[in-house]
Amino acid sequence: MKRRDFVQYAGLGAGALMMPSLLLGNDIPTEALLEPGMDTLVKKRMADVALNTAKSLGATYADTRIGRYLNQYVFTREDKVQNVVNTESFGIGIRVIANGTWGFASTNSVTEDGIKKATEQAVAIAKANSKIQKEPVKLAPVNAYGEVFWKTPIKKDFKEVPVSEKVDLLLSANAAALDNGANFVNSALFMVNEQKYFASTDGSYIDQDIHRLWPTLRVTAVDKAAGTFKTRENMSAPVGMGYEYLDGLESEKLEGPAGLRLYRNSYDMVEDATMAAKQAKEKLTAKSVDAGKYDLVLEPNHLGLTIHESVGHPLELDRVLGYEANYAGTSFASLDKLKSGNFKYGSDIVNLVADKTQVGSLGAVGYDDEGVKAKKWDLVRNGVLTNFQAIRDQAHMIGEEESHGCCYAQSWDDVQFQRMPNVSLEPGKEKYSISEMIKDVEKGIYIAGRGSYSIDQQRYNFQFGGTVFYEIKNGEIVGMLEDVAYQSNTQEFWNSCVKICDKDDYRLFGTFFDGKGQPSQVSAVSHGSSTARFNDVNVINTGRNI
Amino acid sequence: MAIYTKEEARKILEKALSFSKADTCEINLSGYNSGNIRYARNTVSTSGYSSNQSLAVQSSFGKKSGTATIDEFDDASLEKVVRRAEELAQLSPENPEFMEPLGPQMYDEAITYSESTANVTPEYRAEVASSSIVPADAKDVTAAGFLNDSAGFSAMINSKGLFAYNQTTDVDFTVTMRTNDGTGSGWVKRDFNDVDKFDADEAAKTAIDKAVLSREAKAIEPGKYTVILEPAASADLLRNMFRSLNARSADEGRSFMSAPDGKNKIGEKIVDERVNIYSDPLNPEVPTATWNSEGQAIKKTSWIENGVVKNLAYDRFWAKEKGVEPVPFPSNAIMTGGDASLEELIKSTKKGILVTRLWYIRSVDPQTLLYTGLTRDGTFYIENGEIKYPVKNFRFNESPIIMLNNLETLGQQVRINGNLIPYMKVRDFTFTSLSDAV
Repeated sequence: MKRRDFVQYAGLGAGALMMPSLLLGNDIPTEALLEPGMDTLVKKRMADVALNTAKSLGATYADTRIGRYLNQYVFTREDKVQNVVNTESFGIGIRVIANGTWGFASTNSVTEDGIKKATEQAVAIAKANSKIQKEPVKLAPVNAYGEVFWKTPIKKDFKEVPVSEKVDLLLSANAAALDNGANFVNSALFMVNEQKYFASTDGSYIDQDIHRLWPTLRVTAVDKAAGTFKTRENMSAPVGMGYEYLDGLESEKLEGPAGLRLYRNSYDMVEDATMAAKQAKEKLTAKSVDAGKYDLVLEPNHLGLTIHESVGHPLELDRVLGYEANYAGTSFASLDKLKSGNFKYGSDIVNLVADKTQVGSLGAVGYDDEGVKAKKWDLVRNGVLTNFQAIRDQAHMIGEEESHGCCYAQSWDDVQFQRMPNVSLEPGKEKYSISEMIKDVEKGIYIAGRGSYSIDQQRYNFQFGGTVFYEIKNGEIVGMLEDVAYQSNTQEFWNSCVKICDKDDYRLFGTFFDGKGQPSQVSAVSHGSSTARFNDVNVINTGRNI
Repeated sequence: MAIYTKEEARKILEKALSFSKADTCEINLSGYNSGNIRYARNTVSTSGYSSNQSLAVQSSFGKKSGTATIDEFDDASLEKVVRRAEELAQLSPENPEFMEPLGPQMYDEAITYSESTANVTPEYRAEVASSSIVPADAKDVTAAGFLNDSAGFSAMINSKGLFAYNQTTDVDFTVTMRTNDGTGSGWVKRDFNDVDKFDADEAAKTAIDKAVLSREAKAIEPGKYTVILEPAASADLLRNMFRSLNARSADEGRSFMSAPDGKNKIGEKIVDERVNIYSDPLNPEVPTATWNSEGQAIKKTSWIENGVVKNLAYDRFWAKEKGVEPVPFPSNAIMTGGDASLEELIKSTKKGILVTRLWYIRSVDPQTLLYTGLTRDGTFYIENGEIKYPVKNFRFNESPIIMLNNLETLGQQVRINGNLIPYMKVRDFTFTSLSDAV
């Protein structure tokens, strides 16, 4: 498939997301998805070729990843299947330290000869660059795990579900949207299987089978006479689950305010498409918001993106240290603020945790891409900044003895580096429901689903939109709003958090395409929370007359 | 990996096509070599080298198509990939929007390839990094930068007799300079097809000067200001406007380019009459390939002329539906500029803001093309024709349409991201809040 078409089909326009090159492997027939790939014994032998070659050339450390990336995408619009794509990408990446400097090279020729050549190149790059190296690499120790295996706990492997079943689901959702007044509907399924074999000179041989799935929906209602249009996106999340996420289990549905249906660990796409059509039409005539201060009640599938941008990114140690200064930026959350031990990131009820082990999340793995076992740790406890996200070559810079295990590369031919783990807001400890929360708000706005998002390069000032907005007056939802965006400052915003619903409301938001690094790489990550209330936030009106 | 010549590519493609038994067959062959160096904290961080080549076959029976790809080009592999595409085509649902491949086309000779760029070495990349790091060190500044160079080719053939070939090279450089007290930041971007046009020392100096000049910025009230936008700033907003030049979305009523009653805005004046935007693959400053992935010839095309929408892009299916000629999507954007230099634009400004670049631009309302984002890496207050002092960064909420309606002056053009965009002075640009970010 052509790159441009992919962007169009995927509805990834408007620069919202980085274009992931890993999603464009070689096209293969559907049945080839089920082929087993290279035998583990052979992988181990090939990995040893890389490690031994690196050592013989003077590398003090080496790791290698043999990756097989199997992807399937199904794209539809209205009553048409636009494309069904199966891709496979297979190859090996070798990373070395020589003269205290990193070097990396990759090849799709997974043969002894191909691997030796790539390893030589990686060592040569490290040695060439060591001439301008001022900070020799220092790795935190890691356990040698021997030969181990980890797999995403899935119930249904997408590769075993017939394409016709996937097409039927999407076309049924599209039909439901059109029957309920939509003018256009685009829907798609993105399904990813990363088969990764990691080995390092530290003595680990780690085989992993990682699964992710993302259903998308974009429903558009047009007022032709007026020449206006509105869209409503899906209320689902991308997940680290199998095809069972699309079972639409009643037990995983939540009743939201204003008749909204919200989804936990199971998604009913047809039902959501029906709601989407009705809401897209309603948006055409919704009241334009009066700018001003409001108490915001933010639904998890909305708040997740705010957590991602205002907590996940600023607490990435590579940003804090300046490694991302030329692209993604640096961070307001400096080392000094961490060391002070009293930097008030949020109010006392704000507890934010990093977790690479959370079941169903996009970031869940057994081990990261430098062989460190996945773990969970605090970032903000009782409102106070307590830690960053660090990998092996950074841990010593914050006085840690070991890596946090959040190193990742999007493919075998990209070098691994520090990526955001799942970062989530812990639910409130006391029993408190969304309806109780709304009842307590005098003048507010309830926002559900993701929308426009923008934040500065040090993560102070941000602006977020949403999918649907409802006005709250004196404890009741009084109607839909449009043209809503809120602007705040990270520290001010998290300190205005006054209430968080309990664990019954907890859900995961996710993004498939978090972008960072040069050349840019994408990474998938989830963010959990319960609905939370933030007081006195500045809301602007984004309506314009042209 | 070899960058195949036209004849080498043709030989592989003709061989592959000879295996086809489908009603129609279209084959694309492409490859690249690409190297990069990345540095931060005044030292090298990561760098790498990658090369790739692939051949993609699209076979069609009636309106059913299948695509298969391979990276080995011996006869057996070529036959295998063609058979696989044909099997997939037989299994696929009919695509009601299928268009048969084009017949032979006439293409202009592209000017996108430079031997110098193709010959860039790891040592050259390390020198470029040094050209940033050494002067930065001397000025109490920290450099973080990235250089990427690539050389590649693409070729296609189809069963209707079409053949196309192109070679291209690119070099892309950015560096961010931050003062070590953390209060100043400067940035530059340079991109060329020919690396000989790139002056790493000049680029580093510009960014360092900006970093030093932007130290200890003052806060001024957000609001509507006259702004001088450097091309790097306006290009990002204009790129977003360019994405709406799609006739189908416009005709379907879901784009800024939609007009009431199912019409589009072709012929409508949407911006200041001094605005002229066109694309031209043969412009020597910003050359592109002269054909696209469907084999359509890319020619000089006007998009906005004297402020009026002149053309929207029609893909072949939509053009047939609407009974018009297809118009390929622009391969670059060239906005006509004026004579004024940046210094002259500043001199003629009574009160305004100079913006180096914009950051994290996201769509807020596709109906009005309203975007939000922030200024970054050098924002300055101008009074009575002079830069007075650096100011804190702003968040903006603005539409490129409103921006181009509020045009005051067009300055000289600069290449940015493969486009030619002029400096622009614009009144009433909407800043909605302040940011503490440096």
